[in-house]
Amino acid sequence: MPVTRGFVRRRADGPEGRLPPGQYDTGSGWPVLTAEATPHVAPETWTITVDGLVDRPTTWSWDEAHQLPTSTYTGDIHCVTTWSKFDVAFTGVSVDALLEAAGPRSEAAFVMAHSSTGYTTNLPLRDVTGGKAWVVWEYGGKPLAREHGGPVRLLVPHLYFWKSAKWISRLELMAHDQPGFWERNGYHDRGDPWLEQRYQGD
Amino acid sequence: MSIDDVAPTATTWTSGRIITKELVTPTTVRLRMHVDDRLRHWPGQHYLLRLRAPDDYTAQRSYSLASDDSDPLLEFFVERLPDGEVSEFLADVAEVGDVLEMRGPIGRWFTWDVRTPALCLVGGTGIVPAIAMSRAARHAGRPDLLRILAVGRSPEELPYGDELHRFGATVAYTRHAVDDRPAGPPTAAELAPLLDGIQRAYVCGSSRFAGLAEALLMECGMPADSIRVEQFGATG
Repeated sequence: MPVTRGFVRRRADGPEGRLPPGQYDTGSGWPVLTAEATPHVAPETWTITVDGLVDRPTTWSWDEAHQLPTSTYTGDIHCVTTWSKFDVAFTGVSVDALLEAAGPRSEAAFVMAHSSTGYTTNLPLRDVTGGKAWVVWEYGGKPLAREHGGPVRLLVPHLYFWKSAKWISRLELMAHDQPGFWERNGYHDRGDPWLEQRYQGD
Repeated sequence: MSIDDVAPTATTWTSGRIITKELVTPTTVRLRMHVDDRLRHWPGQHYLLRLRAPDDYTAQRSYSLASDDSDPLLEFFVERLPDGEVSEFLADVAEVGDVLEMRGPIGRWFTWDVRTPALCLVGGTGIVPAIAMSRAARHAGRPDLLRILAVGRSPEELPYGDELHRFGATVAYTRHAVDDRPAGPPTAAELAPLLDGIQRAYVCGSSRFAGLAEALLMECGMPADSIRVEQFGATG
Protein backbone atom coordinates (compact mmCIF):
# COMPACT_ATOMS: atom_id res chain seq x y z
CA MET A 1 0.00 0.00 0.00
CA PRO A 2 1.18 3.58 -0.60
CA VAL A 3 2.82 5.68 2.09
CA THR A 4 0.48 7.83 4.20
CA ARG A 5 1.18 11.48 3.37
CA GLY A 6 2.95 13.18 6.25
CA PHE A 7 3.38 10.11 8.49
CA VAL A 8 6.81 9.18 9.78
CA ARG A 9 7.97 6.66 12.35
CA ARG A 10 8.49 8.26 15.72
CA ARG A 11 8.57 5.24 18.00
CA ALA A 12 11.57 3.03 18.47
CA ASP A 13 11.28 -0.58 17.41
CA GLY A 14 11.87 -1.89 20.91
CA PRO A 15 14.37 -4.61 21.68
CA GLU A 16 15.84 -6.24 18.57
CA GLY A 17 13.56 -8.91 17.12
CA ARG A 18 10.98 -8.77 19.88
CA LEU A 19 8.27 -6.49 18.45
CA PRO A 20 5.90 -8.36 16.08
CA PRO A 21 4.69 -6.54 12.94
CA GLY A 22 2.15 -3.79 13.55
CA GLN A 23 2.77 -3.74 17.33
CA TYR A 24 4.15 -0.99 19.56
CA ASP A 25 5.81 -1.04 22.97
CA THR A 26 3.30 0.11 25.60
CA GLY A 27 6.10 0.61 28.12
CA SER A 28 4.98 0.51 31.74
CA GLY A 29 1.28 0.63 30.87
CA TRP A 30 -1.02 -2.38 30.77
CA PRO A 31 -4.29 -1.48 29.04
CA VAL A 32 -7.39 -3.31 30.25
CA LEU A 33 -9.69 -4.60 27.53
CA THR A 34 -12.69 -6.67 28.51
CA ALA A 35 -15.97 -7.43 26.78
CA GLU A 36 -18.01 -8.27 29.85
CA ALA A 37 -18.61 -7.01 33.34
CA THR A 38 -15.52 -7.76 35.47
CA PRO A 39 -16.45 -10.52 37.92
CA HIS A 40 -15.51 -10.90 41.58
CA VAL A 41 -14.03 -14.38 41.86
CA ALA A 42 -12.89 -15.39 45.35
CA PRO A 43 -9.82 -17.64 45.57
CA GLU A 44 -11.66 -19.78 48.16
CA THR A 45 -14.35 -20.71 45.66
CA TRP A 46 -12.28 -20.68 42.45
CA THR A 47 -11.57 -24.05 40.84
CA ILE A 48 -10.11 -25.18 37.56
CA THR A 49 -11.26 -28.27 35.72
CA VAL A 50 -9.62 -30.18 32.89
CA ASP A 51 -12.17 -32.35 31.12
CA GLY A 52 -13.48 -33.36 27.73
CA LEU A 53 -11.29 -35.89 25.92
CA VAL A 54 -9.19 -36.91 28.92
CA ASP A 55 -8.89 -40.17 30.85
CA ARG A 56 -9.26 -38.55 34.27
CA PRO A 57 -11.38 -35.38 34.36
CA THR A 58 -9.83 -33.43 37.23
CA THR A 59 -10.74 -30.36 39.26
CA TRP A 60 -8.28 -28.42 41.43
CA SER A 61 -9.15 -25.95 44.17
CA TRP A 62 -7.00 -22.87 44.85
CA ASP A 63 -5.02 -24.78 47.51
CA GLU A 64 -4.68 -27.90 45.37
CA ALA A 65 -3.46 -25.89 42.38
CA HIS A 66 -0.88 -24.21 44.58
CA GLN A 67 0.52 -27.61 45.59
CA LEU A 68 1.48 -28.33 41.99
CA PRO A 69 5.02 -27.39 40.93
CA THR A 70 5.23 -23.62 40.55
CA SER A 71 6.23 -22.29 37.15
CA THR A 72 7.09 -18.73 36.08
CA TYR A 73 6.96 -17.17 32.62
CA THR A 74 9.23 -14.21 31.99
CA GLY A 75 9.00 -12.58 28.61
CA ASP A 76 6.73 -10.56 26.36
CA ILE A 77 2.98 -10.35 25.69
CA HIS A 78 1.17 -9.01 22.62
CA CYS A 79 -2.38 -7.68 22.36
CA VAL A 80 -4.34 -7.69 19.09
CA THR A 81 -5.12 -4.00 19.67
CA THR A 82 -1.40 -3.48 18.81
CA TRP A 83 0.29 -2.98 22.17
CA SER A 84 3.08 -5.27 23.30
CA LYS A 85 4.59 -5.38 26.76
CA PHE A 86 8.14 -6.57 27.33
CA ASP A 87 9.69 -8.46 30.24
CA VAL A 88 6.62 -9.34 32.24
CA ALA A 89 6.64 -12.11 34.85
CA PHE A 90 3.67 -14.34 35.60
CA THR A 91 3.71 -17.19 38.11
CA GLY A 92 1.36 -20.14 38.45
CA VAL A 93 1.42 -23.67 37.13
CA SER A 94 2.25 -25.01 33.70
CA VAL A 95 -0.72 -26.30 31.70
CA ASP A 96 1.48 -29.35 31.05
CA ALA A 97 1.18 -30.26 34.75
CA LEU A 98 -2.62 -30.08 34.61
CA LEU A 99 -2.77 -32.15 31.42
CA GLU A 100 -0.38 -34.74 32.83
CA ALA A 101 -2.76 -35.34 35.71
CA ALA A 102 -5.86 -35.47 33.49
CA GLY A 103 -4.34 -37.65 30.73
CA PRO A 104 -5.40 -36.33 27.30
CA ARG A 105 -6.77 -39.02 25.00
CA SER A 106 -5.04 -39.59 21.70
CA GLU A 107 -7.89 -38.00 19.71
CA ALA A 108 -7.69 -34.71 21.65
CA ALA A 109 -6.31 -32.03 19.34
CA PHE A 110 -7.90 -28.75 20.46
CA VAL A 111 -8.73 -26.98 23.71
CA MET A 112 -11.60 -24.68 24.58
CA ALA A 113 -10.64 -22.44 27.49
CA HIS A 114 -13.67 -21.37 29.53
CA SER A 115 -13.91 -18.48 31.97
CA SER A 116 -16.35 -18.19 34.84
CA THR A 117 -17.98 -15.30 32.94
CA GLY A 118 -18.86 -17.52 29.99
CA TYR A 119 -15.97 -16.19 27.87
CA THR A 120 -14.34 -18.85 25.73
CA THR A 121 -11.33 -19.07 23.45
CA ASN A 122 -10.14 -21.98 21.31
CA LEU A 123 -6.57 -23.20 20.94
CA PRO A 124 -4.80 -26.07 19.22
CA LEU A 125 -3.58 -28.49 21.92
CA ARG A 126 -0.02 -28.09 20.65
CA ASP A 127 -0.20 -24.38 21.54
CA VAL A 128 -0.75 -25.13 25.23
CA THR A 129 1.70 -28.03 25.64
CA GLY A 130 5.47 -28.24 25.76
CA GLY A 131 6.01 -25.32 28.15
CA LYS A 132 4.02 -22.79 26.11
CA ALA A 133 1.05 -22.12 28.42
CA TRP A 134 0.34 -21.49 32.09
CA VAL A 135 -2.49 -20.96 34.53
CA VAL A 136 -1.25 -17.98 36.55
CA TRP A 137 -2.16 -16.17 39.78
CA GLU A 138 0.77 -13.81 40.22
CA TYR A 139 1.99 -10.89 38.14
CA GLY A 140 5.32 -9.34 39.02
CA GLY A 141 5.36 -11.25 42.30
CA LYS A 142 1.97 -9.93 43.44
CA PRO A 143 -1.54 -11.44 43.27
CA LEU A 144 -3.02 -11.00 39.80
CA ALA A 145 -5.42 -8.03 39.82
CA ARG A 146 -9.11 -8.63 39.15
CA GLU A 147 -9.21 -6.43 36.05
CA HIS A 148 -6.30 -8.39 34.58
CA GLY A 149 -8.10 -11.70 35.12
CA GLY A 150 -7.42 -12.35 38.78
CA PRO A 151 -7.46 -14.42 40.79
CA VAL A 152 -6.39 -16.80 37.99
CA ARG A 153 -6.04 -16.44 34.22
CA LEU A 154 -4.72 -18.53 31.37
CA LEU A 155 -1.40 -17.37 29.88
CA VAL A 156 -0.46 -18.30 26.31
CA PRO A 157 2.10 -15.60 25.62
CA HIS A 158 3.17 -16.67 22.13
CA LEU A 159 -0.34 -15.91 20.83
CA TYR A 160 -2.33 -12.64 20.92
CA PHE A 161 -3.48 -11.98 24.45
CA TRP A 162 -7.20 -12.59 23.92
CA LYS A 163 -6.20 -16.28 23.94
CA SER A 164 -5.00 -15.85 27.54
CA ALA A 165 -8.50 -16.08 28.98
CA LYS A 166 -9.13 -14.07 32.15
CA TRP A 167 -10.91 -15.71 35.12
CA ILE A 168 -10.08 -19.16 33.74
CA SER A 169 -12.18 -22.01 35.13
CA ARG A 170 -12.03 -24.89 32.67
CA LEU A 171 -9.92 -26.41 29.92
CA GLU A 172 -12.03 -28.65 27.70
CA LEU A 173 -10.16 -30.97 25.35
CA MET A 174 -11.80 -31.55 21.98
CA ALA A 175 -11.15 -33.57 18.85
CA HIS A 176 -12.21 -30.77 16.50
CA ASP A 177 -11.70 -27.04 16.54
CA GLN A 178 -14.64 -24.79 17.47
CA PRO A 179 -14.60 -21.00 17.57
CA GLY A 180 -14.58 -19.30 20.96
CA PHE A 181 -15.98 -15.90 21.88
CA TRP A 182 -13.84 -13.49 19.88
CA GLU A 183 -13.27 -16.10 17.20
CA ARG A 184 -17.04 -16.11 16.56
CA ASN A 185 -16.92 -12.35 16.60
CA GLY A 186 -14.47 -11.83 13.80
CA TYR A 187 -11.07 -12.67 15.28
CA HIS A 188 -8.59 -15.20 13.94
CA ASP A 189 -8.76 -18.83 15.09
CA ARG A 190 -5.06 -19.11 15.98
CA GLY A 191 -3.79 -15.57 16.59
CA ASP A 192 -0.02 -15.77 16.00
CA PRO A 193 1.31 -12.20 16.41
CA TRP A 194 4.37 -12.91 14.26
CA LEU A 195 2.08 -13.82 11.36
CA GLU A 196 -0.31 -10.93 12.21
CA GLN A 197 -3.25 -13.33 12.50
CA ARG A 198 -5.53 -10.69 13.99
CA TYR A 199 -8.89 -11.12 12.27
CA GLN A 200 -10.77 -13.63 10.17
CA GLY A 201 -9.16 -13.66 6.74
CA ASP A 202 -5.58 -12.93 7.94
CA MET B 1 -28.86 -10.90 16.98
CA SER B 2 -27.45 -13.22 19.58
CA ILE B 3 -23.78 -14.00 19.74
CA ASP B 4 -24.48 -17.51 18.53
CA ASP B 5 -26.25 -16.25 15.41
CA VAL B 6 -23.39 -14.31 13.95
CA ALA B 7 -21.07 -15.90 11.44
CA PRO B 8 -17.46 -14.79 11.30
CA THR B 9 -16.94 -12.45 8.38
CA ALA B 10 -13.58 -11.83 6.83
CA THR B 11 -12.60 -8.23 6.27
CA THR B 12 -9.67 -7.03 4.20
CA TRP B 13 -7.63 -3.85 4.07
CA THR B 14 -8.95 -1.17 1.80
CA SER B 15 -8.53 2.57 1.69
CA GLY B 16 -10.70 5.52 2.64
CA ARG B 17 -10.56 9.20 1.75
CA ILE B 18 -11.08 12.02 4.24
CA ILE B 19 -14.06 14.05 3.03
CA THR B 20 -14.43 16.39 6.01
CA LYS B 21 -12.22 17.13 8.99
CA GLU B 22 -13.30 19.23 11.95
CA LEU B 23 -11.33 20.05 15.07
CA VAL B 24 -14.25 20.00 17.49
CA THR B 25 -12.15 20.98 20.50
CA PRO B 26 -8.39 21.47 20.83
CA THR B 27 -8.10 17.76 21.68
CA THR B 28 -10.77 16.11 19.52
CA VAL B 29 -11.22 15.71 15.79
CA ARG B 30 -14.19 14.53 13.75
CA LEU B 31 -13.42 12.82 10.42
CA ARG B 32 -15.92 11.81 7.77
CA MET B 33 -14.54 9.36 5.24
CA HIS B 34 -15.52 7.67 2.03
CA VAL B 35 -14.80 3.98 1.41
CA ASP B 36 -15.59 2.41 -1.96
CA ASP B 37 -17.86 -0.64 -1.84
CA ARG B 38 -17.85 -0.70 1.93
CA LEU B 39 -19.41 -3.52 3.93
CA ARG B 40 -22.56 -2.88 5.92
CA HIS B 41 -22.17 -2.41 9.66
CA TRP B 42 -24.07 -2.65 12.92
CA PRO B 43 -23.99 0.30 15.29
CA GLY B 44 -21.26 -0.31 17.86
CA GLN B 45 -18.72 -1.73 15.41
CA HIS B 46 -15.34 -0.18 14.75
CA TYR B 47 -12.79 0.23 11.99
CA LEU B 48 -9.04 -0.05 11.95
CA LEU B 49 -7.09 2.91 10.62
CA ARG B 50 -3.50 2.23 9.56
CA LEU B 51 -0.75 4.72 8.78
CA ARG B 52 2.30 3.79 6.73
CA ALA B 53 5.66 5.57 6.93
CA PRO B 54 8.19 5.81 4.07
CA ASP B 55 10.24 2.99 5.65
CA ASP B 56 7.09 0.79 5.63
CA TYR B 57 6.65 1.11 9.39
CA THR B 58 2.93 1.00 10.18
CA ALA B 59 0.78 2.05 13.11
CA GLN B 60 -2.84 1.02 13.40
CA ARG B 61 -5.59 1.74 15.92
CA SER B 62 -9.28 0.88 16.29
CA TYR B 63 -11.88 3.64 16.24
CA SER B 64 -15.61 3.25 16.83
CA LEU B 65 -18.00 4.50 14.21
CA ALA B 66 -20.31 7.39 15.05
CA SER B 67 -22.19 6.92 11.79
CA ASP B 68 -24.91 4.36 11.21
CA ASP B 69 -25.18 2.10 8.21
CA SER B 70 -27.50 4.48 6.32
CA ASP B 71 -24.88 7.24 6.25
CA PRO B 72 -23.06 7.43 2.91
CA LEU B 73 -19.85 8.25 4.82
CA LEU B 74 -18.09 6.73 7.83
CA GLU B 75 -17.77 9.11 10.76
CA PHE B 76 -15.07 8.92 13.45
CA PHE B 77 -14.55 11.08 16.51
CA VAL B 78 -11.03 10.77 17.85
CA GLU B 79 -9.45 12.10 20.99
CA ARG B 80 -5.93 13.39 20.45
CA LEU B 81 -3.88 11.59 23.09
CA PRO B 82 -0.52 12.89 24.32
CA ASP B 83 2.14 11.07 22.34
CA GLY B 84 -0.56 9.09 20.50
CA GLU B 85 1.12 8.35 17.20
CA VAL B 86 -2.14 7.77 15.32
CA SER B 87 -4.47 10.20 17.08
CA GLU B 88 -1.94 13.04 16.88
CA PHE B 89 -1.52 12.40 13.17
CA LEU B 90 -5.29 12.45 12.62
CA ALA B 91 -5.67 15.68 14.58
CA ASP B 92 -2.56 17.58 13.47
CA VAL B 93 -1.40 16.25 10.10
CA ALA B 94 -4.26 14.60 8.20
CA GLU B 95 -6.08 16.79 5.69
CA VAL B 96 -9.21 16.55 3.59
CA GLY B 97 -8.40 14.44 0.52
CA ASP B 98 -5.84 12.26 2.29
CA VAL B 99 -6.20 8.52 1.80
CA LEU B 100 -5.74 6.18 4.79
CA GLU B 101 -5.62 2.39 4.98
CA MET B 102 -8.81 1.09 6.57
CA ARG B 103 -10.34 -2.22 7.54
CA GLY B 104 -13.75 -3.00 8.90
CA PRO B 105 -16.27 -3.29 10.22
CA ILE B 106 -14.69 -5.16 13.16
CA GLY B 107 -16.27 -6.54 16.32
CA ARG B 108 -19.54 -8.41 16.42
CA TRP B 109 -20.11 -8.39 20.17
CA PHE B 110 -20.47 -4.72 21.08
CA THR B 111 -23.22 -4.27 18.51
CA TRP B 112 -26.88 -3.40 18.77
CA ASP B 113 -29.54 -5.12 16.66
CA VAL B 114 -31.89 -2.08 16.66
CA ARG B 115 -34.57 -4.38 18.15
CA THR B 116 -33.60 -5.15 21.74
CA PRO B 117 -34.55 -2.39 24.21
CA ALA B 118 -31.16 -1.08 25.27
CA LEU B 119 -29.42 1.47 27.44
CA CYS B 120 -26.03 3.04 26.75
CA LEU B 121 -24.02 4.14 29.79
CA VAL B 122 -21.14 5.90 28.11
CA GLY B 123 -18.46 8.40 29.02
CA GLY B 124 -16.05 10.70 27.21
CA THR B 125 -15.26 9.52 23.70
CA GLY B 126 -17.00 6.28 24.71
CA ILE B 127 -20.10 8.20 23.67
CA VAL B 128 -19.23 7.58 20.01
CA PRO B 129 -20.82 4.11 19.59
CA ALA B 130 -23.94 5.36 21.39
CA ILE B 131 -24.20 8.05 18.70
CA ALA B 132 -24.14 5.35 16.02
CA MET B 133 -26.84 3.44 17.92
CA SER B 134 -29.01 6.56 18.29
CA ARG B 135 -28.70 7.35 14.59
CA ALA B 136 -29.63 3.77 13.71
CA ALA B 137 -32.62 3.97 16.07
CA ARG B 138 -33.80 7.23 14.52
CA HIS B 139 -33.30 5.88 11.01
CA ALA B 140 -35.39 2.83 11.90
CA GLY B 141 -38.08 5.09 13.38
CA ARG B 142 -37.59 3.44 16.77
CA PRO B 143 -35.80 5.95 19.02
CA ASP B 144 -37.97 4.54 21.84
CA LEU B 145 -35.80 1.38 21.86
CA LEU B 146 -32.68 3.19 23.06
CA ARG B 147 -31.88 5.23 26.14
CA ILE B 148 -28.58 6.99 26.69
CA LEU B 149 -26.95 8.13 29.91
CA ALA B 150 -23.91 10.10 28.78
CA VAL B 151 -21.18 11.24 31.14
CA GLY B 152 -18.78 14.08 30.44
CA ARG B 153 -16.68 16.49 32.44
CA SER B 154 -18.50 19.61 31.27
CA PRO B 155 -20.78 20.75 28.43
CA GLU B 156 -17.75 21.96 26.50
CA GLU B 157 -16.09 18.54 26.76
CA LEU B 158 -19.14 16.39 26.03
CA PRO B 159 -18.79 14.90 22.54
CA TYR B 160 -21.93 15.28 20.41
CA GLY B 161 -23.66 17.28 23.17
CA ASP B 162 -26.28 18.89 20.92
CA GLU B 163 -27.11 15.60 19.23
CA LEU B 164 -27.41 13.83 22.60
CA HIS B 165 -29.80 16.49 23.88
CA ARG B 166 -31.90 16.28 20.70
CA PHE B 167 -32.11 12.51 21.15
CA GLY B 168 -33.35 12.99 24.70
CA ALA B 169 -30.27 11.54 26.37
CA THR B 170 -29.75 12.00 30.08
CA VAL B 171 -26.46 13.79 30.69
CA ALA B 172 -24.31 13.78 33.83
CA TYR B 173 -21.44 16.24 34.14
CA THR B 174 -18.76 15.20 36.59
CA ARG B 175 -17.23 18.68 37.00
CA HIS B 176 -20.05 21.05 36.11
CA ALA B 177 -23.23 21.80 38.06
CA VAL B 178 -26.47 22.27 36.10
CA ASP B 179 -29.53 23.81 37.76
CA ASP B 180 -30.45 21.36 40.52
CA ARG B 181 -27.81 18.73 39.60
CA PRO B 182 -24.48 19.10 41.37
CA ALA B 183 -21.31 18.10 39.56
CA GLY B 184 -20.56 14.40 39.99
CA PRO B 185 -20.78 10.94 38.47
CA PRO B 186 -24.20 9.46 37.69
CA THR B 187 -26.03 7.98 40.65
CA ALA B 188 -28.20 4.90 41.06
CA ALA B 189 -31.19 7.24 41.52
CA GLU B 190 -30.50 8.71 38.08
CA LEU B 191 -29.84 5.39 36.38
CA ALA B 192 -32.55 3.16 37.88
CA PRO B 193 -35.58 4.82 36.18
CA LEU B 194 -33.84 4.53 32.79
CA LEU B 195 -33.56 0.75 33.14
CA ASP B 196 -37.30 0.06 33.12
CA GLY B 197 -37.92 -2.45 30.33
CA ILE B 198 -34.27 -2.49 29.29
CA GLN B 199 -32.85 -5.90 28.28
CA ARG B 200 -29.28 -4.97 27.36
CA ALA B 201 -26.79 -2.43 28.63
CA TYR B 202 -23.80 -1.13 26.67
CA VAL B 203 -20.93 0.40 28.61
CA CYS B 204 -18.23 2.29 26.74
CA GLY B 205 -15.47 4.49 28.09
CA SER B 206 -12.12 4.36 29.84
CA SER B 207 -11.24 1.34 31.97
CA ARG B 208 -11.93 3.38 35.10
CA PHE B 209 -15.27 4.57 33.75
CA ALA B 210 -16.26 1.04 32.72
CA GLY B 211 -15.54 -0.30 36.20
CA LEU B 212 -17.75 2.35 37.80
CA ALA B 213 -20.48 1.91 35.19
CA GLU B 214 -20.63 -1.88 35.60
CA ALA B 215 -20.90 -1.53 39.38
CA LEU B 216 -23.67 1.07 39.05
CA LEU B 217 -25.65 -1.07 36.60
CA MET B 218 -25.43 -4.11 38.85
CA GLU B 219 -26.39 -2.02 41.87
CA CYS B 220 -29.53 -1.09 39.92
CA GLY B 221 -30.29 -4.76 39.27
CA MET B 222 -28.94 -5.21 35.73
CA PRO B 223 -27.75 -8.84 35.37
CA ALA B 224 -24.02 -9.12 34.60
CA ASP B 225 -24.72 -11.20 31.50
CA SER B 226 -26.87 -8.42 30.05
CA ILE B 227 -23.97 -5.94 30.13
CA ARG B 228 -21.64 -5.57 27.16
CA VAL B 229 -18.49 -3.57 27.64
CA GLU B 230 -16.07 -1.77 25.38
CA GLN B 231 -13.21 -0.08 27.15
CA PHE B 232 -10.13 1.65 25.98
CA GLY B 233 -6.89 2.67 27.54
CA ALA B 234 -4.51 5.33 26.37
CA THR B 235 -3.18 3.31 23.48
CA GLY B 236 -2.61 6.28 21.19
